[in-house]
Amino acid sequence: MTFETMPSAPVHRALKLILTLALLIAAWELVCRALEIPVFLIPAPSQVAWRLYEKRDLYLLHTWITLYETTAGFLLAVVFGIVSAAIIVVIPRLRDVVMPLLLVAQLVPKVAIAPLLLIWFGYGLFPKILVAFLVAFFPIVVNGASGLASVQPELLDLGSSLQASRWQTFWKFRIPSALPELFSGMKIAVTLAIIGAIIGEFVGGNRGLGYLIIVANQELDTPLAFAAIFLLSAAGIALYAVIELFERMLIPWHAPATPAAAAT
Amino acid sequence: MPGTAAIEVVDLGKTYMTADAGIPALEQLNFRVAPGEFVSVLGPSGCGKTTLMRIVAGLTAPTSGAVAVDGVPVSGPQRKIGLVFQVPALMQWRSALGNVLLPTEILGLERTASRKRAHELLELVGLAEFAARYPRELSGGMQQRVGIARALVHDPAILLLDEPFSALDIMTRNQLNTELMRIWSERRKTSLLITHSIPEAVYLSDRVIVLGPRPARILDIVAVALPRPREPAMRVSLSFLQIVDRIGRLIGLEYV
Repeated sequence: MTFETMPSAPVHRALKLILTLALLIAAWELVCRALEIPVFLIPAPSQVAWRLYEKRDLYLLHTWITLYETTAGFLLAVVFGIVSAAIIVVIPRLRDVVMPLLLVAQLVPKVAIAPLLLIWFGYGLFPKILVAFLVAFFPIVVNGASGLASVQPELLDLGSSLQASRWQTFWKFRIPSALPELFSGMKIAVTLAIIGAIIGEFVGGNRGLGYLIIVANQELDTPLAFAAIFLLSAAGIALYAVIELFERMLIPWHAPATPAAAAT
Repeated sequence: MPGTAAIEVVDLGKTYMTADAGIPALEQLNFRVAPGEFVSVLGPSGCGKTTLMRIVAGLTAPTSGAVAVDGVPVSGPQRKIGLVFQVPALMQWRSALGNVLLPTEILGLERTASRKRAHELLELVGLAEFAARYPRELSGGMQQRVGIARALVHDPAILLLDEPFSALDIMTRNQLNTELMRIWSERRKTSLLITHSIPEAVYLSDRVIVLGPRPARILDIVAVALPRPREPAMRVSLSFLQIVDRIGRLIGLEYV
């Protein structure tokens, strides 16, 4: 009985979620119409949807820009984050220097330095990528380092008894052991990277969803702002989903047991 | 004892240094293990048994005295030792076969021959059909068998087992005792088993080195004059129980 219902459980959950969202949106629409709320205060979902449809080319372009900045910043953070984490774990002497530096760097509010980056690097995409990188870097280093250090001590003993080289220990034991924590760091990092890109766009420039929100605010075009926020959330969910997909592919041993696996 | 001992421990001592004092763990240990012999080291929990094993394996340096394996002084990690730990310590991301193959990869041994050997060993430990399974799909006892196969795959001169069955339930434990006995009989690998189970030590060993509480000194080395091959039924024979009782009295336990 339970076996028959289990495989459809995710579908059920998705349906419930969609239904709940649909109800919320319907309620929002009704309230806006019933109370005749002015569009510039809170637009009804139908007005936002119309706006999205009307200016779809514009939105597509700006969404693409923001996605590009986010992804570039995030990927840079992944590369530099993993390398830094590896250095911290493998060379303990460097850890005492690097860790406090990283901490201090993390305590500097990135929003505060975004305008400076503009002065240094201009109004192009690069300063936005840089802010995205800066905010995404820290969780990857911290989770990566803690993951790389999480190897079972017995495995390290086994490695040293076989006189494994540093590289072998790193590649065969540390990297696979680190993957679960590294991925949770990357999931946090990607949501931060979007925020970073938006901050960059807020501060200056003439492209991206962040820029669109600023323009919409200045013109009191609230449906435009709502539509941009909607697209931002969608982009965030999509990026998160991509990372989760990679996680499932790369660390199947860590994935929660599926009903099929539990039955064997 | 004539000839070269497989393991020779001479005046071995280990003191752990803390901020203000040295805590002695091992004192004045002397013993020899002959090639092909199965010897257990038995003592109360926390008496330094694991420290002894780590020193023999070359993972920890002694404070005084010396250890030689096959007549060669131990000065660091050595590849001629196979290690089995208290926990299976398997890599979750590798199949049983992949786990067994790990030492051969680290040592850079030839692949085809290594795979063949790994398959043979999985068969030896009764897991031939589970080669492709991942650790999370195996029971605790099966995981520990994979650990034993892994320890043997590079054909080490000596097998060091650090309380390999202490995390298992008593039924699985007895079953694996019998398995280990069979594996040892087939391979005749010099084995040093660390344990705190007296029946386990007596059942498996040619001799049992009995350690006292911290700092560990050798209370006695008890020869187990039971014939081989040993059957599980022997565990309730009078001569078996007499040896168990004798060791129990040595460490202050009264079994009978």
